[in-house]
Amino acid sequence: MATMDKNWKIIPPFYPEFDLERCDYKNGCNLCAHECSFGEISLKPVKGEDGKVYYRPWANKTACGSCQRCVKMCPYGAISIKREPMHTSHAYWTPEYVNNIWKQAGSKGGVLLVGNGATGPQRRYFDHIMFDACQVTNPSIDPLREPMEIRTYLGSKPEKFGYGIMPQLKLEVPIMFGAMSFGALNLRVHEAEARATREIGTFWNTGEGGFHKSLRKYGENTIVQIASGRFGVSEDYLKSAAAVEIKIGQGAKPGIGGHLPGEKVSQAISETRMIPEGSDALSPAPHHDIYSIEDLRQLIYAIKEATEYKVPVSVKIAAVHNVAPIVSGIARAGADIIAIDGFRGGTGATPLQIRQNTGIPIELAIAAADQRLREEKIRNSVSLIASGGIQCSSDALKAICLGADAVYVATPVLIALGCGVCQRCFSGKCAYGITTNKPGLAERIDVDEATECLKNLLHAWAEEMEELMGSMGISTIEALRGNRDRLRGVGLNEEELKILGIKHAGF
Amino acid sequence: MCGIVGIINTDRKTIDGSFIREAIRIQRERGNGLGGGFAAYGLYPEQADKYAFHIMYQGEGRHSATVRQVEDYLESIVKIYQSQEIPVFPNDRVPQGPYFKRYFIKTIEEQIPPDKTEEDLIVDIVMHINMMGGAFVVSCGKNMGVFKGVGYPEDIADYFRIEDYKAYMWIAHNRFPTNTPGWWGGAHPFTILDKAVVHNGEITSYGTNMRWLEMYGYFCLLQTDTEVISYIYDKLTRKDELNKLDACYVMAPSLWEEIDRANDGKKRSLRQIYGPAVVNGPFGIVLTHNEGAIVLNDRNKLRPVVCARAGHTYYASSEECSIRLLSPEVDEIWSPRGGEPVIIDLQPEKKSAEVA
Repeated sequence: MATMDKNWKIIPPFYPEFDLERCDYKNGCNLCAHECSFGEISLKPVKGEDGKVYYRPWANKTACGSCQRCVKMCPYGAISIKREPMHTSHAYWTPEYVNNIWKQAGSKGGVLLVGNGATGPQRRYFDHIMFDACQVTNPSIDPLREPMEIRTYLGSKPEKFGYGIMPQLKLEVPIMFGAMSFGALNLRVHEAEARATREIGTFWNTGEGGFHKSLRKYGENTIVQIASGRFGVSEDYLKSAAAVEIKIGQGAKPGIGGHLPGEKVSQAISETRMIPEGSDALSPAPHHDIYSIEDLRQLIYAIKEATEYKVPVSVKIAAVHNVAPIVSGIARAGADIIAIDGFRGGTGATPLQIRQNTGIPIELAIAAADQRLREEKIRNSVSLIASGGIQCSSDALKAICLGADAVYVATPVLIALGCGVCQRCFSGKCAYGITTNKPGLAERIDVDEATECLKNLLHAWAEEMEELMGSMGISTIEALRGNRDRLRGVGLNEEELKILGIKHAGF
Repeated sequence: MCGIVGIINTDRKTIDGSFIREAIRIQRERGNGLGGGFAAYGLYPEQADKYAFHIMYQGEGRHSATVRQVEDYLESIVKIYQSQEIPVFPNDRVPQGPYFKRYFIKTIEEQIPPDKTEEDLIVDIVMHINMMGGAFVVSCGKNMGVFKGVGYPEDIADYFRIEDYKAYMWIAHNRFPTNTPGWWGGAHPFTILDKAVVHNGEITSYGTNMRWLEMYGYFCLLQTDTEVISYIYDKLTRKDELNKLDACYVMAPSLWEEIDRANDGKKRSLRQIYGPAVVNGPFGIVLTHNEGAIVLNDRNKLRPVVCARAGHTYYASSEECSIRLLSPEVDEIWSPRGGEPVIIDLQPEKKSAEVA
C-alpha cells in the first residue's frame, strides 16, 4: 500500500523562485523563511566559494499557495512566485478535477474545504453593465466643485410623511464591512474595522462570533449578528450595537453551517463566544428555532422587544433561486433591512462543491428582489444590502442602480490588509496575520496601520462613486437608487436584460 | 434646451391666448420645432364643476376604433355631460395632426372604489386610457386644458387658435427634444388632474422616480422624463397631504450638511422617506394647479428661470425678454436661487365669481 502514496501526490501549482544574485543569504538574511507561515520555504546549507557554509532559501514545493507574503517582505526583491501547473493531456479531465480526486483518495475520503468565494466561470454580470454619462443635453457635475451626496439611511421607511420614522442607520458612505467573526479573524482586525468605520461614518459587522468587550465602545458603528450557533448572544450583546442581524445564510455556503475547530478557541474567543475554551464551535446548518417564515418573524420581534424597538433588525440570506419571494416574505415578517449575499461571497471555510455550485449571482438576485418588493408595493418598508463579489466601487454603484440601498464588502477588507486571496483562511496559518489568532502571526497586523488602510479604501471607493455619479449628472445617491435607466447591458440576452430590468446598449 | 413661460394673474382676470403665444414666440431660439404646448386655467368657467378631458387619438382620426373604445370605457365608468371635437386649423407649418376631442365628465358615486377618492379614480382612468395604446389623455383637470403638438409653439398656438380661449393662468413650452422622440404626446405641458408642468432640462433621476411612482399607480407612458414631475407633485400634495413648500423641498432637497447644521428633524424625515422622489439633473419648471403656480429650479441652478411681478400678474420665464415683451415695466424682477421655490397663490375662487 505504501507504494501507492506517490500516486496521489498533489503538486502545488506555485513555488517561490529565488534570485540568488539579489538574495542576501550570505549575510545571514532568512526573512522569507521566517515570513512563510505555510512551511514552503526552508533554509538549505550550501558551501560558498570561500569554503564557508551559508543557508540559502529553498522552495520545498509542498505548500505554496501564492499568498505573496515572501515576495512582498523580501528587502532585495529576490523572490518571484512561479506557476507550475500540472498538465494533463486530456482536455476534459483538467488538473483541477484530477487533483481533487487525488486529494480525496489520499485523505481517506472527506469533504474538500476551501476559503474565499467561488472561482467558477459563471458570468460576471457587472462587466456587462455600462453606466450612462452626460453629453450636451445635461451638464456633468464636477464632484470637486459641486456638492455630491452619498449619504444613505438604512431602515424601514413609512409610505408617507406624518407617522414618524423607524430607527435608521446613517451611512456617510453606502459601503459597510460584511460579517466576519472573531475567531475567523483576530481581534486586531476587528478593532481596525471598528475604528475605520467609526471615523468614516459607516458600519462593520461582527459576524456570528460575538462582540469582544474591548470593542463595545464602537457599538454605534457595529452590527451584531445572531447566527444558528447563537455565539455570544446575550441581552447586553443585542443592546451593544446599532443594529442586529439575523444570519440565515451566506453566499459562499448557502444552507451550510460553520465549524470553528477547538484548537482555535482561545481564552478570549471562548469568553466572547460564551463557550468552553478548546471546544469546537459548531453552527448548525439551519437555526433550530427557525424552520419557517413565521418562526423568523417571531425571532425578529423577539429581538425588537429585547432592544425596545430602538435599532433596526436585519436578515441576511444567501442569494438562491427563489430569492425574490423569500425577500418579500422577510420584509413582511418585519425585517427593516435585508442583506442578500451572492454566490461569489467569501468565507473562511466552505465545502468546495457548495462554494462552486450553489446560489446565484448577486446582480440578478438584487434586481429580482428589488422588482418584487416594488410590485408588492412594499419597497419602502425595507432596505436592501447587496453583497457577495463586489470587487470595486463601480460594482457597488451598479448594485445600487439595480436596486440596493448599500453594499457589504468583506473580501476587499482582507485584501486591503494585504491578503493575496490564497484560499487558505481556514488553515490558521494566514501569513498576513488576518485569519489567524496564532501568536506570532496575529501580531503581523498593526491596528493603527490597518485602520488607515481600511479608511483609505472607503475614501477611495467613495470618491470613485462620486466621480461616476458626477459623470452621469447625478448629485445625490437617492436619485440613482434603483435607477436602471442609467444602465445599459452589453452582450446580454433578452432574458438576462429582463431580469436586470435594463435595456441593451443602443436603445 | 427648451423655453418656458408662465403668466399668472392672481385676481383670476382672464386674458386671451395671444399674449402667451407672443411670449413664447420670442424664445423661438430655444426650440427646434419638434414640440410646443400650452396649458390654460379658467378655461371652461361654465363647466368648472366637471373634469375636462382633452384626449388625443393617434391613427385614423375620428373614425378610429380607439375613439369608440375609449368612449365606451368612459361611459361605463363616468357620466359624460358633453363631448366635442377640439377645433384645429392645420396650416403649412403644422399639417394635420392627431384627432383631439374634449369631454366634460363627472364621476358616478357607485363607481368609486371604497378605498379610493374621486380623484384617485380619475387618475386610474387616465392610466387606463394611456395604456390602451393609441389614445392619450392630454389633460383632465377641472376648468383647465392643454393644447400641444409637434411644431414651434407659435404655430401650435395657431393650430389650436388659442387666441380664441381666455384664461387667468397660462403656461407655455418650446421644445428642443434630445433624449426622447418629438411626438404629439411628448410635447409639454404634462398634466395629471389639475396639475400641469412645463420643464426645461433633463431628469437624470427619471428611472428612480418612475419606479417609485409605479408603486402608487402612476405609469409613465409618454416617453418623456417631465411626466414624473406632475405625478410626484400630485402624489405628494394630494395623496400624502404635504404642503406646497414641503413638496418642493422633497423634489429639490437641502443638502444633508445644511439639514445637520439646522438639526431640522422634519426635513431629515422628509428626505429619508421621499428619497426616491428627489428630482435630480438640471431643471427649471413652472408647475400650475387650480390654486396657483410654483416655479422651481434644481439645486445647482443649471437652468435659467426669471420671475417678475407687475401688479397682480406674475411672470416666470426662461428668458427675461418674454416678460419685458408683455410688460416692459414690472414691479419686481428676480432670478430665484437653485432649489428655492417661488410659490404663487391665486385669490380664492369666490372672488372671481363675483367679478364675473
